[in-house]
Amino acid sequence: MAFTTEQTSVMDSIIARYPRKRSAIMPLLHFVQSIDGYVTNEGIEVIAEKLELATAEVTAVSTFYTQYKSKPVGEYHVGICTNTLCAVMGGDAIFASIKEHLDIENDGVTKDGKVSVEHIECNAACDYAPVVMVNWEFYDNQTVQSVKDLVDGARAGNPPAPTRGPKTLRTWKQNSAVLAGISDGLANEGVQAGAPTLLGLKKAKGGN
Amino acid sequence: MSTEVTVEMITCVIDGFEVTVPKGTLVIRAAEKLGIQIPRFCDHPLLDPAGACRQCLVDIEINGRAFPKPQASCTIPVENGMVVKTQLTSPVADKAQKGIMELLLINHPLDCPVCDKGGECPLQNQAMSNGRETSRYEGVKRTFEKPVAISSQVLLDRERCVLCARCTRFSEQIAGDPFITLNERGALQQVGIYEDEPFNSYYSGNTVQICPVGALTGTSYRFRARPFDLVSNDSACEHCASGCAMRTDVRRGKTLRRLAGEDATANEEWNCDKGRWAFKYEVKNRISTPMIRNAAGQLEEASWPEALAAAAKGLTNAKVGVLVGGRSTVEDAYGYSKFARVALGTNNIDFRSRINSAEELEFFAAANSTATYKDIDNADQVVLLAFEPEDESPIVFLRIYKQVRKRALKVSTLTPYTSRGSEKLNATVIKMVPGNEVAAISAINGLTGKSVVLIGERLSETPGALSAALELVNKSAAKLGYVPRRAGDTGAIAAGAVANLLPGGRLVSDATARVDVAAAWGASALPTETGLTTNEIIGSGTNAVLIGGVDPFDISAEAKLSLSKKFVVSLEIRESDITDIAQVVLPVAAVVEKSGSFMDWQGKSRKFDSAVESLNRSDVRILSMLADEIGKPINLPTVSAARKEFEAIGNWDGAKPSMKSTGTGASLNVGADEAIISSWRNLLDKGSLQEGEDNLAGTARATTAVISQSRASALSVKDGELIRVSNTYGAVTLPCTIADIDNSAIWLPRNSTNSQLIKVLGTVGNSIVKVSKA
Amino acid sequence: MTKLTPVLSAHWDEPDSFTIAAYKRNGGYTAVAKALAMQPDEVIQMVKDSGLRGRGGAGFPTGSKWGFIPQGDNKEHYMVVNADESEPGTCKDMPLLLANPHVLVEGIIIGSYAIRANYAFIYIRGEVTHVVRRVQQAITDAYAAGLLGKNILGKGFDLELVLHVGAGAYICGEETALLDSLEGFRGQPRLRPPFPAIAGLYAKPTVVNNVESIASVPAIINNGVAWFGGMGTEKSKGFTLYSLSGHVNNPGQFEAPLGITLRELLELSGGIRKGHKLKFWTPGGSSTPIFTDQHLDVALDYEGVSAAGSMLGTKALQIFDETTCVVRAVLRWTEFYKHESCGKCTPCREGTWWLVQALKDLEAGRGTEADLDKLLDLCDNIMGRSFCALADGAASPIISSLKYFRQEYLDHLSQGGCPFDPAASTLFENAGVK
Repeated sequence: MAFTTEQTSVMDSIIARYPRKRSAIMPLLHFVQSIDGYVTNEGIEVIAEKLELATAEVTAVSTFYTQYKSKPVGEYHVGICTNTLCAVMGGDAIFASIKEHLDIENDGVTKDGKVSVEHIECNAACDYAPVVMVNWEFYDNQTVQSVKDLVDGARAGNPPAPTRGPKTLRTWKQNSAVLAGISDGLANEGVQAGAPTLLGLKKAKGGN
Repeated sequence: MSTEVTVEMITCVIDGFEVTVPKGTLVIRAAEKLGIQIPRFCDHPLLDPAGACRQCLVDIEINGRAFPKPQASCTIPVENGMVVKTQLTSPVADKAQKGIMELLLINHPLDCPVCDKGGECPLQNQAMSNGRETSRYEGVKRTFEKPVAISSQVLLDRERCVLCARCTRFSEQIAGDPFITLNERGALQQVGIYEDEPFNSYYSGNTVQICPVGALTGTSYRFRARPFDLVSNDSACEHCASGCAMRTDVRRGKTLRRLAGEDATANEEWNCDKGRWAFKYEVKNRISTPMIRNAAGQLEEASWPEALAAAAKGLTNAKVGVLVGGRSTVEDAYGYSKFARVALGTNNIDFRSRINSAEELEFFAAANSTATYKDIDNADQVVLLAFEPEDESPIVFLRIYKQVRKRALKVSTLTPYTSRGSEKLNATVIKMVPGNEVAAISAINGLTGKSVVLIGERLSETPGALSAALELVNKSAAKLGYVPRRAGDTGAIAAGAVANLLPGGRLVSDATARVDVAAAWGASALPTETGLTTNEIIGSGTNAVLIGGVDPFDISAEAKLSLSKKFVVSLEIRESDITDIAQVVLPVAAVVEKSGSFMDWQGKSRKFDSAVESLNRSDVRILSMLADEIGKPINLPTVSAARKEFEAIGNWDGAKPSMKSTGTGASLNVGADEAIISSWRNLLDKGSLQEGEDNLAGTARATTAVISQSRASALSVKDGELIRVSNTYGAVTLPCTIADIDNSAIWLPRNSTNSQLIKVLGTVGNSIVKVSKA
Repeated sequence: MTKLTPVLSAHWDEPDSFTIAAYKRNGGYTAVAKALAMQPDEVIQMVKDSGLRGRGGAGFPTGSKWGFIPQGDNKEHYMVVNADESEPGTCKDMPLLLANPHVLVEGIIIGSYAIRANYAFIYIRGEVTHVVRRVQQAITDAYAAGLLGKNILGKGFDLELVLHVGAGAYICGEETALLDSLEGFRGQPRLRPPFPAIAGLYAKPTVVNNVESIASVPAIINNGVAWFGGMGTEKSKGFTLYSLSGHVNNPGQFEAPLGITLRELLELSGGIRKGHKLKFWTPGGSSTPIFTDQHLDVALDYEGVSAAGSMLGTKALQIFDETTCVVRAVLRWTEFYKHESCGKCTPCREGTWWLVQALKDLEAGRGTEADLDKLLDLCDNIMGRSFCALADGAASPIISSLKYFRQEYLDHLSQGGCPFDPAASTLFENAGVK
């Protein structure tokens, strides 16, 4: 599907953020994912044209970063942290059981296209381990059961809200637009911090 | 004169030996100067340092302070007080290198016995010289689907790749064609293309040559030979006037591959894919014996004495002319030059087997083409006039591009539209609008003594343009470089294979000059009349013509027919359109079979010896025999005799005449459905030396007609849709490209598939064609 | 007992802490007014004098970094904030930005003013959508408040601030890889020299600082050098965020003076989980050599940790109790480095590939004691041989774990597999149940 005039003008506004246009390649790739769900050939070609690059140069960039997908992912892309700390604290067990629960492999997508699963590396939330990300929203202190409920809810169209994130979980494409720098107006939703974040402050104030 | 800057010298100690090198020299290269070879893969002297492979680690201390860990010698410039210990004197460096080598090999297949690179492989060699005896790796090696055709002429075996990024850096930094890139990352990092855009760079073959392993191979050469079975010969490229040093590798009398040779004053270490991969013409349809046309009109094999006698008979007592092919060596061109004057008594000689004008003859006499590659290196700006370097002299392009990349050299180009080459050079396009070229040239200003003006042979196609260009050069004292397309042209001018010049630039019209040459030749006198041009020789001016390696369809649509009515003697390597009409055919040696020299556009001579043994002889030897037969010997029995005599004559020191011709370009009235045609030859096209090179042809640029947006709108065609270009001769149908060309103009490739303009339209420029939607 | 010093985290417990209103309510954006009234060089001097050192891992003095930017060179200067936080165990910048992005924005304005940059970037990792929302909103609100854009606070200083979202590459935390990534290339480290201060973003003088370092600047401007130096130790001045995670009763963020010990932090977090004891820990993320229970009293400042054989790094204290198999832990980190190796240089690309295979064999009990020596030799061929420090980080956990837990590796070999029950390490009862 071709990009609309409106979409290409958003691309132009992304390019305009930067002193040099090549810098816009990453937000543009996020933006392509917000429309197509993954980095399509058409997306690569449009970016190459807009930034005056060879298509190979765009491919070189898109394949370097793991968030850019070369094939479609689910509407809800579940990333389970299996870096050492999360793995040890339960991430490995969650990852194994969710693959079995959904009957898919790593990087697989459920047949209904709703959920995909990927094991991810450390997501900067170790004090909330084990951590699961859905569409790059934090789901803290997860268990095998909580993640089963999470993916089941996602498949049924009513995933639970992120622990530290907006009130409602947004789709992969919607969140990709946020990563492209396009505001969805949800910054004020959700908590400012979880309990572990506040622990030191609480202690400093004499709390227990 | 370029001002020589004094370079600061640095002295350091490597493995106990002191070495003094210019400031900025990298440790790895300073070591080379001492004969110390530090192993390396990613390092290449003409590419930006990468420091990626880490094979060249050495221990370094500066003024007694040691780096805490070994350093990559390919990225660190020498400093005063630096003490370097390589693998030869530092156990730490030695272990570091062995460790890196072991890591490079863990995923490298042990397929050396079937790998093209085996026997000349830097990985293989350095694994032996700087590696461990055995590997400790017991795991599973990385594998990939193999090979991947990244273009029709280059294959990629990713599992062999050591990811040194020489190829990708070359493509980006040297060629400006970043069509291959490193994709993915980590252990899965691999060289690749975008799936719909192959590695169609004119320079792609260099990546095969600099690949330090067998990851990139040439389709045409793959699995054809072992390096140790090849005999290598230094050679020169016959495809254009860039002047590339080459290496020709031969096995059992057959050329199997050609590589770029090294010459810092010309091609550095690169060449183009045509030079590398177009050589099969040497063996196709070769003429092996002399032939004479019999009474029935058939060519019949003949003995040399019979053929020479027939040729001599036909050429004497005739209105005779000589057409010299554009690929003649200097020695052969000299032979033709002397043969015309001494044996035939005429100045009717012309090397221009292409569009030609009388104005251009004046230009040859008047122009002082002195520019060199070094002048480009030092130029404050470069102006290109009717010269598309990427297509017409690819190394000139690389050398300009190098300066554009390095120091944003200013380039302006007089051309019909912004070509890909112009884009890469970030060139200011001076629009070549039909009828306006002369004014455009005259309007160029801001040139200084450090500017370089490069003139292509196509400028002669516009009346008055060469005069205007020469005036521009003269008034600004800029350096002039005349860059003809063919390898033999500069030498042919120097040898006097042209109607108004004798060897060394001596004017036919100058009595002293004639006396000079006559004396050197032992002739009583030389013909005094300026001779005929190619067009005139083909036209009514002659009834007998001696032709060496000319394609009549490079000249005009009618040339063949016109020549067929004359007594034609053909000196040729293989059957051609001239063979069809010749009365006498004399086989001559192909470039690989003979010795000789080419003079590049800088006027620099590159000598070469025969690479392949052959019974065929160089043109000059045949001409010498023919002259004997005619009874007016030219005494050039060998190539070396010709060279010696030519060099002894030397260059003329007399004054250059000024140009008299003037003109204001074409003046044509263009109707709404019409356009004025312009063209040049794409590097890869239907040129006869590229015949049979299918893999090479696969990377040629698409044949398209360039039109303006408003013409496209008027025709209601979109980019890529077919249009028809026609005149009374014929028509071509090809897809259009919309670009910044003038509304009155259309550009087509001159000699590409479906766009062989002379054959089909009878014109290459400055005439009106009809343009319609196909 | 070291006292906690909440500065950055002081108001995180207010539900609207991330808004510009809350930030201003708590004294935010007063430092920028002070700084803009100073000469840029005075600001640099003040940060130098404070002794603030980089909080991203290397601990380079922030003020000196700013001082390297050539002045009067008629070139654009850039300030780039490294918010790529991806080092395993490191989890301080993301909660900081979630709870109070404005402190970073204020720090950026001050820093940019000091180095005479009119363009600044925050390079944030891409896998944190909600943090992106918060930072983006902070920037938008700061523009609206006249704190970004033209003529900030009427002082004639212009600054554009762009949030640049990464896309999943640990290596982009390396500053030159970050710059390449920001320029639109593959995030692979650059040759140095030239250093970013001379030729950074777009080959122009550039400062790259960690989030926490820049976020610390407004407090220094407001409270002064003496106040800042009053915290921490002689060479490691000030406060910082320590992130405790793993097998402790209450993991979380603790803002304390540099030099606090793990023993103290464990006490604050309620100790190792009940019935278990400390086995090993990282002082500053997975790239820092591991410590054991011998190191409970090591002063967690740059010098103290270094003297004990590791690095302060990002102060990411990942705590593992005795249920954790060190071989498994190390293997998983090694897999991380393999996954994140950019591929540019041989020792990292090929070395991490090999290390993973070697460790997998050892974890499965395949091999002999000689393979441990081979593994160490392999680390020796990787460490200090690579283009950037990523591969050093890969070798660190292996070398340090073999130093302290060689026997555990041997146990795997003698028992033909891992002697540990992974379920015992998890936080939940049914971990082994599928």
